[in-house]
Amino acid sequence: MRTDKIAGVGRAPIFRRPFFWIIALVIVAFVAAPLVGNDVELRESLLLAAVYITLASNLNIMLGFAGYVNFGSIVFFGLGGYICVYLISAQGWPLAAAELAAGVVVSLLALVIGLGILRLRGAFFALATIGINEGVQAFVSNFEPWGGAAGLYLPTTIFAPLGGPMRALWIIYFLLVAVMGASLYLSFAIKISKFGLGLMAIGQNEDAAVVLGVPAPLYKAIAYSLSAFLPSIAGGLYFFKSAFIQPSDAFDLGLSTEAMVVVMLGGRGTITGAAIGAYLYEELRGWLLTSQTFSNFQLVVSGVLLLIIVLFVPGGLIGWIYSRWPWTKAILE
Amino acid sequence: MLGIIASVMDGVLIGSVYGLAAMGLTLIWGVMNVVNLTHGAAIVAGMFALYLLTSAVGVPPYATLPIILVGSFLVGVVLYWIAVHRLIGRPHLMILLSTFSVNLVVIGLGTAVWGTGLFNVPVSLPGVTWHRYTFSGTHIVAAVLTALIAGSLYLFLYHTRVGKAVRAVANNREAAELSGIPTTRVLSLSFGLGVALAGVAGTLIATMFPFTVLAGDAYQLKSFVVTALGGLGNPAGARAGGVALGLIEGLATQFMPVSWTLVIEFVLFVAVLIIFPRGVFAFRRT
Repeated sequence: MRTDKIAGVGRAPIFRRPFFWIIALVIVAFVAAPLVGNDVELRESLLLAAVYITLASNLNIMLGFAGYVNFGSIVFFGLGGYICVYLISAQGWPLAAAELAAGVVVSLLALVIGLGILRLRGAFFALATIGINEGVQAFVSNFEPWGGAAGLYLPTTIFAPLGGPMRALWIIYFLLVAVMGASLYLSFAIKISKFGLGLMAIGQNEDAAVVLGVPAPLYKAIAYSLSAFLPSIAGGLYFFKSAFIQPSDAFDLGLSTEAMVVVMLGGRGTITGAAIGAYLYEELRGWLLTSQTFSNFQLVVSGVLLLIIVLFVPGGLIGWIYSRWPWTKAILE
Repeated sequence: MLGIIASVMDGVLIGSVYGLAAMGLTLIWGVMNVVNLTHGAAIVAGMFALYLLTSAVGVPPYATLPIILVGSFLVGVVLYWIAVHRLIGRPHLMILLSTFSVNLVVIGLGTAVWGTGLFNVPVSLPGVTWHRYTFSGTHIVAAVLTALIAGSLYLFLYHTRVGKAVRAVANNREAAELSGIPTTRVLSLSFGLGVALAGVAGTLIATMFPFTVLAGDAYQLKSFVVTALGGLGNPAGARAGGVALGLIEGLATQFMPVSWTLVIEFVLFVAVLIIFPRGVFAFRRT
C-alpha cells in the first residue's frame, strides 16, 4: 500500500490543511483574549491551560501515538524548571539562554534514558517511568547544588531585565502560549509524517511494525526525546514565573496524572483531543479547587474520572465526536 | 565488619517482607498478565488497617493479620470486578490506567482523611541481642510470619484443587476454560489473593517502620524491583528477590545516606530488566 493512500499521511503540505489554521486561530485567541480589557485573572487561568495543553499534547506523542504509558512525563517539566532556575540564579544566565539549555539538556537526557528504558516493552516501560519519577525526585532532593529538599529561590530583582514584574508576567505568558503553539504544531507535524505513521504502527502492534521495517527502539527513543523538549521549556518558564522551585512541586505526581487524565478525556492519539481535554480539565479543576466539598478530593475526582473514561469511553471526547459526526475526522486531527 | 554483617542480616529480615508484598504483585502478573498498580495502595491500606484496628478498636497488633488478610482479599475481589474484568483482553495500557486510577482514588481519600503526616504503631517486643547488636523483635516476627504465609501460599498453589486451577489458568487460560475451569472466578480469586498479600505485607511493614499515606509508591517500586529480580510471574523467585533486595539495602545503608536507596533501587530495576529480562532468580516455571 502506498503511504499517500493512508488517511492523513502525505496528502497535502502542512499549511494547506484546515487543522494548521485551526491551531493558528487557537494561538491568536490565547494572545488576544486577555489583552482585550487587560484581564489579568483570565491571563492566569489561560496560562495554566497553556501549561496543561503543552504537557498533554507532548504526553500524547508517547501515550497516544506510540501507545506507551509514560507515568513520569512530569520529570521533563520539573528538570527543565530546575536547570533553568539554577542557571539563572547561580550562573547568572539570561532567561533565553537558560531556557534553551534546559530544553536541549533534558531532551538529550531523555534520548539517553529512552535508548535504555525503551528496550523494555509495554508494561515494563510503564513501570520504569514510575521509577524515573521517583528516582529523579530522590536524586534532586539529595543534590546539594540544587538546594536539596529545600529547593531554589530567585531574587525579586530577577524580573528587572524584562521591564519589571508586571511586564515580565505578560512576557512569560506570551512565551508559554508560544510553547503551547509549538507543541500543537509539533504533534501535528509528527502525526502527518512517516515517522508518526511508524509510531502509530508501534502503538497498534509493535511486533508487526518491526517486521514491516519500522525501527521501533529508535523511533520510540526519538519520540520520547521530542516529547521532553517543549515540556522542559514550559517548566523553565513556569518556575521562573513563581521564582521558586522545590522537588515536591517540580516532580508532582499529581500533574503527571492530570496530564494523563487530560489525554484520555480528550481522546488518545488526537491533537484536538489533547487540547480540548486540557482546557476542559483546567476549567473543571478551577471549579473543584474553589468548591467547598471537593477541594480536598482533587486526586479522587481525577481518579474516578480516569476510571470512568477507561472503562466506558476509551475513545474520549473526540472519539465520541468522530462517531457522532464522521466528517469531523477530515478536519480535526 | 560485624556492623555490616548485622546490617545485612537485618536487611534480609526486612527483605523477606518485601518478598511477601512482591508475591502479591507477581501472582497477579503470572495468572492474568496484569500489572497491578493498586499494589502500593493495597500496602498502604494494610498499614492504616493496622493503625485503625489497634488504636480505635484495640485489637492486639498481630491479631489484626487474619482480619486484614480476609478483608483485603474481599476488597481485591471487588476491585477485580470494578476495574479489571471489563478490560481483560484489551490493550494492557487500559488496565494500567484503570488500576492506576483506583490507586489515585485510594491515595486521594487517604490524604483527605489522614493528611500526609507520619504515623506509627507501637509494637513492643523484646529484641534478640547478638554481640553489640540488637535485632528488633518486630523484624524477626515479621520474617517468621512471612515465611509462614509464603509456605501456606505454596501449599495452596501446589496441593489443593483450587490452587491447581490457578496454575492451569496461569499456564493457558483458553485450555483451562476448555477443561471446565471457571476461569473468570479463578481470575478474581487470584486478584483477591494478590491484593491480600500486599495488604498483609503492608501491615507487617507498619509494625516495623513509621509510615505515611504516600508510602505506597516507594514500597510499590520495591515490589517491582523484587519481581524484576525474581522474574515476573514467579512467586518463589519473588521471595528470593525480596531477600536479595533487603540484602542490598542493608549493605547500601552502610555506605551512603538512606535517602539514596530509592535512586539505587530504580537503577537496579531498569538494569535488571534490561540485562536479565526473565529475572535473576528465574527458576524454571512448573
